[in-house]
Amino acid sequence: MAFRLKLVPDNTKIDFFRWQWLTTGISGLAMVASVIIVLTMGLNFGIDFKGGTTIRSESPTEFSVSEYRDALAGLDLGDVSITEVFDPSFGPDRHVAQIRIGTTNETGSVTPEELNRIEAALREVDPGVTFAAVESVGPKVSDELIRTAVYAVGAATIGILFYIWLRFEWQFAVGAVTALVHDVLVTVGIFSLFQLRFDLTTIAALLTILGYSVNDTVVVFDRLRENLIKFKTMPLIDVMNLTVNETLSRTVMTAMTTALALGALLIWGGDVIRGFVFAMFLGVFIGAYSTVYLAKSVVLWLGVRRDWGKPEKSARAERDELSGTPFQDTP
Amino acid sequence: MLQIPTWKRVLILGIVLVGLLYAMPNLFYQRVETHNDAITAAERAGFETPEQAAARSLWPDWLPSSLVNLGLDLRGGAHLLGEVNVEEVYASRMTGLWPELRDALAAKRDVLGAVRRVPGPPDQLHVEIGNPDQMARAVEIARGLAAPVVSLSGAGASSLDITAQGATMIVQLSQAERAATDDRTIQQSLEIVRRRVDEVGTREPTIQRQGKDRILIQVPGIGSAEELKELIGTTAKLTFNPVVGRGTDPNVQAGLGNIVVPSMDEPGVYYTLAEAPVVTGEDLTDARPSFDQNGQPAVDFRFGPQGARRFGAYTSANIGQPFAIVLDNQVISAPVIRQAITTGSGQISGAMTVDESTQLAVLLRAGALPAEMTFLEERTIGPELGQDSIDAGTKAASIGTVLVVGYIVASYGLFGVFASVAVIVNVILILAIMGAMGATLTLPGIAGIVLTVGTAVDANVIIYERIREELRAGKKVVKAIDDGFNEAMSAIIDANVTTFIAALVMFFLGSGPVKGFAVTLVIGIVTSVFTAIYLTRLMIVFWLERRRPAALVL
Repeated sequence: MAFRLKLVPDNTKIDFFRWQWLTTGISGLAMVASVIIVLTMGLNFGIDFKGGTTIRSESPTEFSVSEYRDALAGLDLGDVSITEVFDPSFGPDRHVAQIRIGTTNETGSVTPEELNRIEAALREVDPGVTFAAVESVGPKVSDELIRTAVYAVGAATIGILFYIWLRFEWQFAVGAVTALVHDVLVTVGIFSLFQLRFDLTTIAALLTILGYSVNDTVVVFDRLRENLIKFKTMPLIDVMNLTVNETLSRTVMTAMTTALALGALLIWGGDVIRGFVFAMFLGVFIGAYSTVYLAKSVVLWLGVRRDWGKPEKSARAERDELSGTPFQDTP
Repeated sequence: MLQIPTWKRVLILGIVLVGLLYAMPNLFYQRVETHNDAITAAERAGFETPEQAAARSLWPDWLPSSLVNLGLDLRGGAHLLGEVNVEEVYASRMTGLWPELRDALAAKRDVLGAVRRVPGPPDQLHVEIGNPDQMARAVEIARGLAAPVVSLSGAGASSLDITAQGATMIVQLSQAERAATDDRTIQQSLEIVRRRVDEVGTREPTIQRQGKDRILIQVPGIGSAEELKELIGTTAKLTFNPVVGRGTDPNVQAGLGNIVVPSMDEPGVYYTLAEAPVVTGEDLTDARPSFDQNGQPAVDFRFGPQGARRFGAYTSANIGQPFAIVLDNQVISAPVIRQAITTGSGQISGAMTVDESTQLAVLLRAGALPAEMTFLEERTIGPELGQDSIDAGTKAASIGTVLVVGYIVASYGLFGVFASVAVIVNVILILAIMGAMGATLTLPGIAGIVLTVGTAVDANVIIYERIREELRAGKKVVKAIDDGFNEAMSAIIDANVTTFIAALVMFFLGSGPVKGFAVTLVIGIVTSVFTAIYLTRLMIVFWLERRRPAALVL
């Protein structure tokens, strides 16, 4: 027998509903916590969403953030934040700083004169400094960018909801969308908790998470639908357990390949896209979790019509009849 | 499903081959780029220099030479988002209309009485009529000056909106005409921005309309957004106006139909000018840098026949009077007319450097922007940072691919090798399609490709896991593989359609990095379905036909 790397054994019989109150509870709590964190701590918006200017400076000699701050203090620029950027690929003679300046005037961008003054002031304390990138966004555009970003996430969600409803039953659509709202919310929550920079590329990452999470959920649902037809009399909860066990190997496999690819980007892809990749990396794991623990719980709670052709029973009646209470362990 | 007709096999392999051929130039990026640049330069000039011929021979002409465009974040350059102040044009249209309207009304002075313009908002003409009871007649005359609107939506509507308020007639552009004017203004601005950027001769600039009144400009290889802004932000509106007076008070009462304009060279000096120009920059046919009789940098210009005639008529009627050359609301100079200028050419001189006179000539030649632009977004990315990103992205993508390939081969053995080939072909196809489409690869786009590497395997994983199950259920090898593909189909389609929805939304609603990412994602979905389903199946079928295995370990 040839060697095969198998992270998941051939026949698993894990009861994924055993700790359902805990696993679904964690998801629910995480969502609530994320909303609270975002509301209280806010997001560390990048200039795309807040307006303002960022300057990326590079210097062959070591510098201190406070040195830069002192140099800029006299220029009356308003809200200035300076962070040093680290990356394993930087040699000992490469020191990068990200300088962010809040909106100072109506158009939001720093004027060319101001920019010259800033560059001159920094050159004074650090003669070797060069400016690799300068970006400014006015408040008018940043407001619009927020709006379109929210529209984008909303429109994608509705589109996906509609497609799943078309292909499956509405309960599946609700389950899948709950899972993806969970994934997006928790990712945003983590961004807020650690005050990671939230900009346009983060939105792209969120949309990808959305796609990935649904992709993952849909594959499981597809098998669930097949099993529901195959095992007409088996209680819903057992069919679900069977389905998740059957697809577990694939869920883990795909999460692993994606994580390997993203992990390489996270380590070697450079600091410019690290935030973007980090969001996706996070989303892959949150997405795998919600597929296994959250999406089908929602479907279980809503109940599914399995006796097509007979008059529709209420979801609750069917659930009670087929699976007892949702919290009960399977025999 | 395991019987694949020969034509299908040829088609699948053909697509892969064509993909390889079209992706290949990207491996030799520098070389092919030099080759392509030489061809465009030679085409533009109409002949080919020996250097261009040498550059062209770097890459065979018969091979595909389409390259993936590198985005600004990878190549370095400047990005600007400008908003055109379209309302400005309404005011200048009204100013232009006034002399015509005045003459038309004055011709009926015996009926209408005295006619004069009274102050009002800049985008309206307020005209007081001496005999208010003849207002209907005045409105009729004004209406005679209106023209039907030329546009798809507003066809048939009148260009002017005329209302009467007591003794005052109010003339303004109608809604339909405003919409049509806005559209023209943007088109004209786009064209002029394009001409100005082309004059500088950078490679493949992006100049696009965005939304109603915005223009997105991306120029790779330019030093900074400031440089770009100076080039395209200047309206370069040149007019020749009659001078009414000269003084040092900026708040002097100019009188109706006159404007106060500061002098460029003499600080504190203000000219009072007639608002309606004699000729404008639009009448110019040529402008070139030169030197005046004192050896100072200057710009020579030449009018077209119409402009020359108007300028000639004005100068011969006003000998001894000063007239002003006004550029972007500053008087460059105000010479006195010594003799009628009928040749249609002239010279602008003032305190400027050689660079400035060259720039002014470029701007005058390209034409004036119809309205001012304000910049909402500016980004400069240095070329070194772009190169760093390319290096890091390539390195990460290679390592990521090796890791993923290693993992699937360890998990699925020979079938893992098939899947790996499919994944690598997938990346090649993405690059080939992007090159052929002229799509732009950005840094998030590279991340998109890497992510596709991870998810493209998913379709294969779904199929292989299914085959494993079928084998476990005791099915024969061929039957298990056949069923595996068939049963996995609906999951693969559903999974990809949902991702496709998200990608489409990103493409249509997103901007900048989001859009770049969406492009690679959409292409990646299409190619990954092709490679995972058709290509892998073809490889497995070849293997089955050669080996006819009795048992399969997967």
